[in-house]
Amino acid sequence: MTMETAARRLTTSTLVLAAVAAFPLVEGLLPDAWHLSDQLCDVFVFALLGLALNVLTGFTGLLNLGVAAFAAIGAYTFAIATCEIYPFQLGFWGGLAATLAVGVLSGLALGAPTLRVRGDYLAIVTLGFGEIVKDVLVNLDGITKGTQGINPLPAPGILGHELGPRGQYWLLLAILVLVVVGVRSLERSRVGRAWLSIREDELASRAMGIRPDRAKMQAFAATAALAALAGALMASRLSSSGEPGNYDFQMSVLALCIVIVGGIGSVRGTLLGAAVMVGMNSVVLVKLTELVGGGDAAPPASLEGLHGLDRAWHFLGAWARNVLVSPTNWKFLLFGLALILMMVFRPQGILPPTEVHEPPPGDGESPPGAPRGASA
Amino acid sequence: MQRAIAAAEHLVPCILARAEAVPGFAADGMLSAQEVFSQQLVTGLSNGMIIALIAIGYTMVYGIIELINFAHGDLCMLGAYFALTAAGALGMEAWSGAGGAAGLVALLVATACFCGALNWSINRLAYRPLRKASKLSLLVSAIGASFVLVNLGLFWGGLPMDAFAGGTSAAAPKSFPALVSALPAAQVGDVVFSRTDLLVLCVTVPLMVGLTVLVRFTRLGKAMRAVAQNPTAAALMGIDVERVIGATFAIGGALGGFATVVYSLCNQTISFQMGYRMGMDAFIAAVLGGIGNLPGAVLGGILIGVTRSMSDQYVEARWTNTVVFGILILILVFRPSGLLGARLREKV
Repeated sequence: MTMETAARRLTTSTLVLAAVAAFPLVEGLLPDAWHLSDQLCDVFVFALLGLALNVLTGFTGLLNLGVAAFAAIGAYTFAIATCEIYPFQLGFWGGLAATLAVGVLSGLALGAPTLRVRGDYLAIVTLGFGEIVKDVLVNLDGITKGTQGINPLPAPGILGHELGPRGQYWLLLAILVLVVVGVRSLERSRVGRAWLSIREDELASRAMGIRPDRAKMQAFAATAALAALAGALMASRLSSSGEPGNYDFQMSVLALCIVIVGGIGSVRGTLLGAAVMVGMNSVVLVKLTELVGGGDAAPPASLEGLHGLDRAWHFLGAWARNVLVSPTNWKFLLFGLALILMMVFRPQGILPPTEVHEPPPGDGESPPGAPRGASA
Repeated sequence: MQRAIAAAEHLVPCILARAEAVPGFAADGMLSAQEVFSQQLVTGLSNGMIIALIAIGYTMVYGIIELINFAHGDLCMLGAYFALTAAGALGMEAWSGAGGAAGLVALLVATACFCGALNWSINRLAYRPLRKASKLSLLVSAIGASFVLVNLGLFWGGLPMDAFAGGTSAAAPKSFPALVSALPAAQVGDVVFSRTDLLVLCVTVPLMVGLTVLVRFTRLGKAMRAVAQNPTAAALMGIDVERVIGATFAIGGALGGFATVVYSLCNQTISFQMGYRMGMDAFIAAVLGGIGNLPGAVLGGILIGVTRSMSDQYVEARWTNTVVFGILILILVFRPSGLLGARLREKV
């Protein structure tokens, strides 16, 4: 990356950040359809989850299909650490600290035994881990309250002041920015370069003196801690741990899609991927549903006494009225088609990490910060 | 979201209900521990054979293009909807005797053709354009295809047909007619085989034998093995790689079609969300046996089926998933390439 692109990127990032940060202030002036700060908070939280997954899957090349399990562990740790029905009651920040600690431990617990397991087999182990965590949370209902979830949870506060909706928005944004900066620095650090080199060629990186086992454990720990943080923030937004079924395979898949649609291995891509995927899910479809008018199912028309084409016509009409009018019924179809088209026409994602596709400029003059050039 | 839970919730009672439907269970009330064990073994075996048939579809596709075909379970789900539509439209519930048997065979074959053609088309539309892309892109495309199929199942369930309860609620589970009764048909020692158990055996065993013959002894089978080993070399030898891949998808899909009809006949409830659980079990089975390995898929399927029914009986049904996944993880940790999978050395 040349100095110019770096500078241009910094400017773009600052402008986008300023616009996003200013959004709650101007929101009131916009028409109702643009009151989106709630949805933006969802984007922030899922961007965190995507960034978490990006460390393990994007940087280190280990496919994880159960990242929602870490989010679940985070959400339940946060809930148990803060809810008034448990003895801990650590408050919002204490809860987050506990979440990060437990997240690291759970990452190590999954990572340590599975270092030998490779490729798609590892993907299946993580998938199984996700299912086990979910089932254990459902079944240990004495502790986790089963499907009711643990609630109420304390609202985030700073110095004893509870934050309003705008404050929470800015808090989430601040946490996200912190994590982005942290992940970027991790990527450029010694351990980050070790991750990238393991992804490119584990054997070669071992020959260069990197210890793949240790680097993989660090990647597991970082991913688990960040995903747990995302889970805790989800729980805090709901003021409830939610039910264990919320942290299912679909959440893991959503996180994976965020990373891959955005551009795997790219931090900017992951942020954009979160905006696209969550936006499609909780803005576009919801707006479409409002537009059509809720999709109230009409009673099926009687087909008695109709024959031939007439019958076929009424049959189709009844079907359309029942099923096709509601855009929420189209959700998976649109989601799925978008994923397929995206992969067919732009498999590297919207914003792939540029360093991989552009050869490092000139004669090795890339600045020390350039991530991929250094490890290639 | 509640997809997995809902699917598991309807699957588990179905398996239990089947055990109870065997009269020996209900009539005596008391069965010796040995009898309970062997009965669960039969239930597990028969579920396992269905899982194995679906697992073969996963493992064939993985063997040839290294793709976890996430859409496979949902393909089977659509197959079940197809079978229900056909059975409902023809009023097959009323058929009996030779007509009923012929109808059942026709239903199996038609559903297999439907699933085979659908799987072939999915490969054509969603996977073929991605041959040169990374494996992760292919995986995401498969996840996308899975979502599309789930949604098509939802639409399909809204058809205002009697078989779909008039389509009043597209999302509701649909009941599948009991074309084959669960009455006991044969007894070996103390173990009772129901008619559905026999049906499972009669459908799955010949298909597995046939597939083995196809892969081992035919030109197409040889071409499939060649492409699985090295697509470039296979292409250089004059093999039309794309045709072979298409055929693999069609055959895998057709096997899934057979499996899904048998599954629906055994469980008598289908829903547009059942693909996840079916696919998950089958996929675990394929990985457990060593993915890409056909006998491995069958072994894995039987192991998963038996583990499930044993865990339902001796642990607790709500812990069954945990037991199954726990065993899967343990096996992979100690044998990272599955039970029968080749131990691959990493190439430098």
